[in-house]
Amino acid sequence: MVHGAEWTQKTLFVYPNEFIYWSIQIVMYPYMTGLVAGAFVLSSLYHVFGQKDLKEMARFSLVFSLCLLPVAMMPLLLHLQQPFRGINVMFTPHFTSAIAAFGIVFSTYAAIVATEIWFVYRVFFVEQVHALKGKEGFADNFKRILYLVLSLGAFDLSEEAAAKDKRAITIMASIGVPVAGFLHGYAGFIFGSVKANALWMSPLMPVIFIMSAVVSGIALCMLTYIIIMEWKKFKAILARGRGDERVKVIRGVEMEVMSTTSRYLMMFLVAAISLELLDLIFRGYTQMKSWDILRSVMFEEDFVKIFVLQYGLGNLVPFILLLIPGTTIKRLVIALLLVLYGVFMMRWNVVIGGQAFSLSFEGFMHYHLPVIPHNLETFKEGVAGALMVVATPFILFWGINKILPSLTVKEG
Amino acid sequence: MSCSRRKFLKSTLSGTLAASVPVSALKILSPSESKAATTGTENTRWGFLIDTKKCVGCGMCVKACKNENAVPYDAPVTRTWVERYVVTRDGRTHIDSPNGARDGFTSQKILDQEIRPEEINKTFFVPKLCNQCENPACVQVCPVGATYQTGDGVVLIDRTWCIGCGYCIMACPYGVRFFHPVFKVADKCTFCYHRISKGLPTACVQACPFGARKIGNLMDPDDPVTKIITTERVAVLKDEYGTKPQAFYIGLDMNVR
Ligand code: SF4
Ligand code: SF4
Repeated sequence: MVHGAEWTQKTLFVYPNEFIYWSIQIVMYPYMTGLVAGAFVLSSLYHVFGQKDLKEMARFSLVFSLCLLPVAMMPLLLHLQQPFRGINVMFTPHFTSAIAAFGIVFSTYAAIVATEIWFVYRVFFVEQVHALKGKEGFADNFKRILYLVLSLGAFDLSEEAAAKDKRAITIMASIGVPVAGFLHGYAGFIFGSVKANALWMSPLMPVIFIMSAVVSGIALCMLTYIIIMEWKKFKAILARGRGDERVKVIRGVEMEVMSTTSRYLMMFLVAAISLELLDLIFRGYTQMKSWDILRSVMFEEDFVKIFVLQYGLGNLVPFILLLIPGTTIKRLVIALLLVLYGVFMMRWNVVIGGQAFSLSFEGFMHYHLPVIPHNLETFKEGVAGALMVVATPFILFWGINKILPSLTVKEG
Repeated sequence: MSCSRRKFLKSTLSGTLAASVPVSALKILSPSESKAATTGTENTRWGFLIDTKKCVGCGMCVKACKNENAVPYDAPVTRTWVERYVVTRDGRTHIDSPNGARDGFTSQKILDQEIRPEEINKTFFVPKLCNQCENPACVQVCPVGATYQTGDGVVLIDRTWCIGCGYCIMACPYGVRFFHPVFKVADKCTFCYHRISKGLPTACVQACPFGARKIGNLMDPDDPVTKIITTERVAVLKDEYGTKPQAFYIGLDMNVR
């Protein structure tokens, strides 16, 4: 079976070798890197720009962006026809290629996140080592050794040392923001620089990608935060009953953090939509040769996906939901889910929509996402593969949060 | 003490480096090695000439190419194909290329549409293949250098090094690239590099009964292909992408995509 033939349906005249080669995993790739970058930017709003109201979110989103990290390259690997050769990019990076720098940018970014986290948690590591000292039992012993290793021998708990940590965090976070931006901006560049593709070919692509990345990152962090807080509340209710003080406190904290974060969310949402519309209007106004086919893809073939699902359901509806005063958690959850869906649809419409028309400008290709896998390819590049990618950060968070509790420790 | 430790570190470091060189060198050199093996032919630049007035759409070239280059016969991908154009009186262009024209054009129907002869203004065939661009977009985007350009201008793919990302397929404005169904790496026309470098014509050139296809050395002013390209009016496909194609067409129609 030829790669792509499984899920591509052609209409009118399409060159014989044309298929939808970049499928769901290439939709997942910018989506997941976007979440990484967005989560990091959110944490940096506190660490760099001193947005005190985001303190609670900052630590959590930092740890969460660590969990999202490995997932940024997972889809890339999954879509390769020769996944075991993926490492070749490191051996022979070919620097005229936009993908080639991925390994380097990605590792730099990973190092920055890891370092920042280390500084945030150093005091906590040392305290844990002290607290676990002398305790019997395998688990405690193991934990003590783990924290001992993680502390890297920096045991100084003095105020001076803590102040230094703080300064280091600020520095790492400020370097991290441009690197995170770059990491994602260049994911946009991968598409924007494909001159053969009329839809992708736009210098705005990187900026559009960064903005929607921040939107999705913030939305996901908020959503996860709400789920965790709700879980805590639920546990408190189980333990002490509905009217308990603790339940009220949790609810109060949750509402406050959420309403401030959602202001930032709206800001970035507006920026993202304006840029996308600017791109669309510009194409319509300049009417290049490709406009004919783009118009028929946007206003006919993919109208529902772009204008109803992406702009309408994914952008406009949540925006209104967030604007209406007197936000409740329920409404917020719906809005956030829709925002996440909207950004996903944007990736989908860019990646799949970009391949929806033939390079001959004479025909169309339709992508049928494989739902039930019947071989490795339909598994990797179908619903199953996509779900695997989506689930990974949460599994990682569950594990990592046991070592780096991001929702209970007080940061200095 | 500290001195000996430094010495120790130094020797360990250099030892590690030295040990890692041969292992990595094997891999690192692969694409460039193959490039080195094919460069140095400064006085050759392969170019292709297609005479659309001579092509009758028999598909012999497509068949020959599939056989010569081990592209599975029944797979819906091909290194070269022929397009049929029918321009009707109402100004519309109908295009098709069933199976890449592997079996020629056996039906009057175009994309399941019957067109009455009296409606037709003009009709013609256009063979397509990799243009072996002078400024190839595919080489530019390959993240590992598996797609590379030889000194004599032919763009090749290192099958042992391609990671199968598909970036080159996306980048080629001519849609000539595909994933080889057996090797699972990017594939496309190589101008039959294994033949031309031995002085033989490409499989398609040899198979064409009407001489619609020709290959020649553009650096040689006496080459018949070069003569035509330099003295007659020829055109290239999709000039606007700046890829500088090296496949030239005689009698190219404005409707060709
Ligand atoms: S025609 Fe396409 S595959 Fe061939 S050299 Fe040009 S860009 Fe590369
Ligand atoms: S598919 Fe192979 S040849 Fe094409 S860009 Fe990727 S690694 Fe290079």
